[in-house]
This record gives sequence, C-alpha cells and structure tokens, in this order.
Amino acid sequence: MAKAATKRSRRAPRSVPAGSPKVPQLVEKAPLLSPKPRAAKTRSGRGKPSFFGYRRENGRVGIRNHVIILPLDDLSNAACEAVGNNIKGTLAIPHPYGRLQFGEDLELHFRTLIGTGANPNVAAVIVIGIEPAWTQRVVDGIAKTGKPVSGFAIEQNGDHKVIAAASRQAKEFVHWASELQREECGVEDLWVSVKCGESDTTSGLASNPTVGNFIDKMDRWGATTCFGETSEITGAEMVCASRGKTKAVGKKFLKTFQAYMDEVIEPYKTSDLSDSQPTKGNIQGGLTTIEEKAFGNLEKIGKKAKYVDVLEPAEAPRKGPGLYFMDTSSAAAECVTLQAAAGFTVHLFPTGQGNIVGNPIEPVIKLTANPRTVRTMTEHVDYDCSGILRREMNLNQAGDGLIDMTIRTCNGRHTAAEALGHRQFVLTKLYRSA
Amino acid sequence: MAAPHFLVHDVGDSVGVVVVEGVKAGTTLTGWVMENDKTIKVKCLNNIPIGHKVALKKINKGDTIIKYSHDIGRAVAAIAKGGHAHVQNVKTKRW
Repeated sequence: MAKAATKRSRRAPRSVPAGSPKVPQLVEKAPLLSPKPRAAKTRSGRGKPSFFGYRRENGRVGIRNHVIILPLDDLSNAACEAVGNNIKGTLAIPHPYGRLQFGEDLELHFRTLIGTGANPNVAAVIVIGIEPAWTQRVVDGIAKTGKPVSGFAIEQNGDHKVIAAASRQAKEFVHWASELQREECGVEDLWVSVKCGESDTTSGLASNPTVGNFIDKMDRWGATTCFGETSEITGAEMVCASRGKTKAVGKKFLKTFQAYMDEVIEPYKTSDLSDSQPTKGNIQGGLTTIEEKAFGNLEKIGKKAKYVDVLEPAEAPRKGPGLYFMDTSSAAAECVTLQAAAGFTVHLFPTGQGNIVGNPIEPVIKLTANPRTVRTMTEHVDYDCSGILRREMNLNQAGDGLIDMTIRTCNGRHTAAEALGHRQFVLTKLYRSA
Repeated sequence: MAAPHFLVHDVGDSVGVVVVEGVKAGTTLTGWVMENDKTIKVKCLNNIPIGHKVALKKINKGDTIIKYSHDIGRAVAAIAKGGHAHVQNVKTKRW
C-alpha cells in the first residue's frame, strides 16, 4: 500500500480527468479536451516574473528557435519554399518585394529583412536572392549578431542547384539549433510589442487597458516595450505627445505624426477617410470616429509609462529599457512585421471584433473583452478578459492574467495564431519601385 | 451589483457603451461609471447592439460628443437621451 502510494506520488499529475474518452459517432458532439497546463512557473502578482528563453550570441534573448529561409526578393520565394519543404524544422518566409526599390524605401526593405533575421527568436538563417550583391548585404547585416547565416544566389546557378546547396546548409543549421537549450531569464531580457486590431468599444473599455496595466508593470521591471500605429492616434495626438519622457521626445513624436499626415494621408486621400479609419469592422463594433478609436488605442500604454524615444519603422531601440513609439501603419501585419524586425520577441494583440493576425517569427498573443467574439471566434483567443465588462475581474487582475499568459507563451506555449498557422509577413513599402 | 448593461468611462461623458447582447428599445439599462464606481440608469429608445453607444443626455445637433473625458466628434443630428449614438448621427471633426 505504502509502496503504491510512493509510486503514485512520483508520477506526474494527470492533465485530464481519469477515464478513457468515447469516440463519438458525430464529431460535432466530440468533447473538447483542454489538458491543464503543466508548467506553473508563472508568478503573477508576486513580483517580477522570469521566463525560459534562448540567449543568443549577441546577448539578446529569444522565445522561439526558428531556422528561417529568407528570400531577398519575390523571385527567390519558390526556392525558399522548396528548401522549407525539404528540411523539416525550417520556416520559409515568402514576401512580394525586393526588386528595383530605391532610396528610403530600399533602406527600409533591407532594415526589415536584416532585422527579421537578426531577431533573437531566430537561431540561424538561410538567405536566398536572385543575385549575390544584395543577398550579401542581408547576410552581412544578420552576421553582425554572431548567429549562423548563409547566403545563396540564383543567377548562373538556377533553382535546382541553389535548392540543393541551401537544403544541405539548412539541415546543418537545424541539427545545431535543435540542440540549443533554454535558460532562465528575467523580464529585463524581454522585448514586448503591442498593437490592437479590429477594435471596438470593448477594446478601449477593457482589453487595451489590460495591455496598459501589463505595460505599466513591465516598465517598472525594466522590460523593453513598443507601440505604434501613427494614423490611429489622430484626435489623441496631444495626449500622446504628453506621454513622452522628455519634452524633446514628445516633440519628436508630433513631428513624426505631422509628417505622416502631410506626406501620406493628405496627398493620397480621395475622401475624408471615414471608410478606412475607423474600418468597417470598427464601425460594426460600435466605434464611430477616429478620435474615439484613438483614445481607446492609447489605453494600451497604461497610465504611467512614458516613451523614451520615437523609432523609424523597423528601427531597433537604442536607449535601453523602457517604452518606445514606432512610426508604423495601423494595418496589423505591417505593424507587427516592423516591430519584429526591430527585435521585439513577443506581441500582445487586443482585438474587439476579432482580428486573427499572426507573424512567422514573433508569437502574437490575442486577447479580447468582447463576449461575442469569445463565443464566436474562440479558436483565435488566447486570453479572455470579458470578465472586466461584467465586473467579475478588475484591471489589475486582468493585467496579472495577461502577464501569466505572456510568460507561458515565452516558455513555449504556442499561441492561437501559431497553432492556426498565421504567418503574415508583410513588408511596408513607402512608394512605387523604379 | 449584477453585470451592468453599459459602461461609462468618465463622469461627464455624454455616451455609454452597451456591453451585453440583445438590448431592446424600452428597456431600462443599468450602467457602471468606471471613474467613480457609481451606478446610473437610462431608458433606452432603440435596439442597441453590443459595443454601440447610448446617449446619456439630450444631445443637440452640433454638440461635441464626450467620451474618455475627451472630444470624440460632433453630433450631425439631435440625439435624445437613451438614443443610439453612432455614424448616423455622429461624425469625426478630423480628416
């Protein structure tokens, strides 16, 4: 008897109730098994949390361990996808650009590709381009991190030879990367980006303030965080300017905001933008004007945190820990792609009506406070904070719950977007190619 | 208190947000003002979908709509207390 008890106590606890589940005749009657999470290494409400991540050669810490196959240009997508198919454990990241770009637009293209390869969620990189010179530029940029990177060019070789050579190299990288171990890190090693999408009024009431509560706590603990969405601050720009850590950085924000209005919105608008901002989804969700949307949007940066700098699109933060504003479009995939390229490793995405965006290298945690979205789009929701609207939880509790979900994600839990295969890699293009 | 029908960000806001599904015209709604934790009641005049706004006082054409204690646009038609405030009667002051 005593022997049996000892034996039992050594076993891991059961994740699902005992008993063998019945195979149902009708699959829609199948019960959904949600095993209890095993790793309870989260410490919300009890001070600064830690997580298990991959420390890279340059000291940055990643929460995923991808070997990516990165095309320089649209022409190289097919070869990249072939390598991704040949070698399991790699991830091809196709995109539509990279030819005949010039000036600031070309600089942003390189910054985004190099930043994506350099992101600490990436262990090693294969770059494939149509010709060697620009391919080399991306390889050199990524190599500065010290991580393994190798480039291949298609001209004078052809797809077949490049796919064979790149596959051989990718296989070596997979063997190497799959032996890397996670280690315990503090949240001062965590870089978190935030952006909301398909917002509605519940975003401004609950899911965005939940992110804001998270940001205020993380800011105190020395994490590096980032918000963006230049056009979606319209109406609340003076309030946003007042959240700069210094007057100078607040001015820098207003300059960036005004430049976006003058250079992007004014020359290209054909109407008053009321059909795009707010979006049709926003309007269906009850948001009426851009001003209303903007004040809800700003709830994401909490009540106390002040941003330390204003970043160009895909620019890496250089002023140490703290909150940063990045000049981005408000389109979900474009914004997250730029933040990932700047080095952010985990993303918080509050939604109202149910935006389903994901990113290939930066896990996107989806939260919502809209009970209808929780009900109708449950497979997309990582964290349900609709209890705030029913007064079942307060913001402090909701923020702690989001910290728990973030730490679990950092430790390895796949997000809904990862499990569903959402890998929107969308480069920001500033103007037409030459 | 039971789960509220609508929430109001700040004291002085002219609109509240319906946070439950299926609100029908004629219902007396219970609202929670988050800033001061007070409870208020409004009889709603329209069917209002979840997430949409209910006017908390009589709003005249041209009046500024206040939410988050801030200016979020202007009324382009009069809205009665308890009426549905949205794109049919509220417009941005921007763009």
